[in-house]
Amino acid sequence: MIENYFPIFIVFIVAAGFTFVSLIMTHILGPRITNPVKLMPYESGVDPLAETRIRFSIRFFIIALLFIIFDIEIIFLYPWAVVFKDFLSFGSFIFFEMVIFLAILVFGYVYVWRNGALDWE
Amino acid sequence: MDLLGFIIILVKVLVVFAATMLTVLVMIYLERRVSAFMQGRLGPNRVGPQGLLQPIADGIKFMMKEDIVPAGADKPIFILAPAILLIPALMTFAVIPFGSDITLFGRQIPLQVADVNVGILYVLALTSIGVYGIVLAGWSSNSKYSLLGGLRSSAQLISYELAMGLAVVSIILLSGSLKLNDIVADQQGYLFSWNVFKQPLAFIIFLVAVYAETNRLPFDLSEAEQELVGGYHTEYSSIKFAMFFMAEYANMITAAALTVTLFFGGWDFPLVDESSLGILGTVLSVCSFILKMGFFLFLFIWVRWTFPRFRYDQLMKLGWKVMLPLALFNIFITAGYLTVRALV
Repeated sequence: MIENYFPIFIVFIVAAGFTFVSLIMTHILGPRITNPVKLMPYESGVDPLAETRIRFSIRFFIIALLFIIFDIEIIFLYPWAVVFKDFLSFGSFIFFEMVIFLAILVFGYVYVWRNGALDWE
Repeated sequence: MDLLGFIIILVKVLVVFAATMLTVLVMIYLERRVSAFMQGRLGPNRVGPQGLLQPIADGIKFMMKEDIVPAGADKPIFILAPAILLIPALMTFAVIPFGSDITLFGRQIPLQVADVNVGILYVLALTSIGVYGIVLAGWSSNSKYSLLGGLRSSAQLISYELAMGLAVVSIILLSGSLKLNDIVADQQGYLFSWNVFKQPLAFIIFLVAVYAETNRLPFDLSEAEQELVGGYHTEYSSIKFAMFFMAEYANMITAAALTVTLFFGGWDFPLVDESSLGILGTVLSVCSFILKMGFFLFLFIWVRWTFPRFRYDQLMKLGWKVMLPLALFNIFITAGYLTVRALV
């Protein structure tokens, strides 16, 4: 089983090697003439105003929270989907089991929608 | 593992890596050239015949440029972010089967770098790591444009990952396996055995999600030149800037290959049994895979100059209020159909 992952390890070495060699190459080859104005963060040509780590909309945070919940539920669907056809020989229990699971998921989804967490206006 | 087996693995890894990099170069050239033709311009045509060497010239130029780290940037993260984005992008292709088995030196060699039994999960996991590269690049640059671009992009990527994951579930329901080889084998036979005919809704959801996942128009909100300059890579220069582009194109190649594998029969050439034709069958299957993949790569460019960009609230509305319920509905219908067919 684990030897199936051995080629992936080699792919990782090749990809990482390529990436870091090009990072080092540009470090060696490129010129290095800096001054304070050049190092200034770009803000349409004017001096930067205020702090960079500005406050941002809370909606990004809500989306991240919702993503974790829904993504975990989707991960639960994967093993179910793999064994679905095999378990059908024991009757329709596996189908209705997932209908209940999806119903709970949809209930949470409707709750989130009704509370306006998905609105961006 | 014996020496010959090791050499075969090494050759496969290097060939696939070289092919990916070459396709990235060709795609960068084609993107500019086809865009130019669609707008009635000529595009790059000076370096080499028809401008074919332009991407290589660009690569050398990127290497020779100054590597600027802006004042106030978080230096280690700023340098690592493009690597975090590029390495998974180059690794994803490893599990995709790109041809039927070939017999060389008396042993059967599958044309796939790594035959992992959780192939789809591997792809989804690696594409998720790419989000870290984007959000870290945006955060560490110490620039407001980068921060906003990184935030927008990460929210967009995770939103569309849900719809993508759910669209894939309905494919797994049909194949009963996470292994990409089994999914390809499942689609062989007659012409309409391809998953695109069995799961048209899942295909549409998956295709739209792929455009959002690769940050391409009409979903390139994270770059949106007109409002965010360059998005999360505003402050990057030299080869690090090029790495964001290499990662984007590598992701596009994997996305096209995955679309073909999941929905268009992978390397399957319709109505032909490749395994009975020997070496000819292998050549045919590889050509068929490249042709299908080429079509989806061209579609990326075509769509870019056909559709206008979404507004951010429209993007979120489409992802959460349209694609997610549709994908759930599709799973319900698929599972219901399978149950009825098996029991009635």
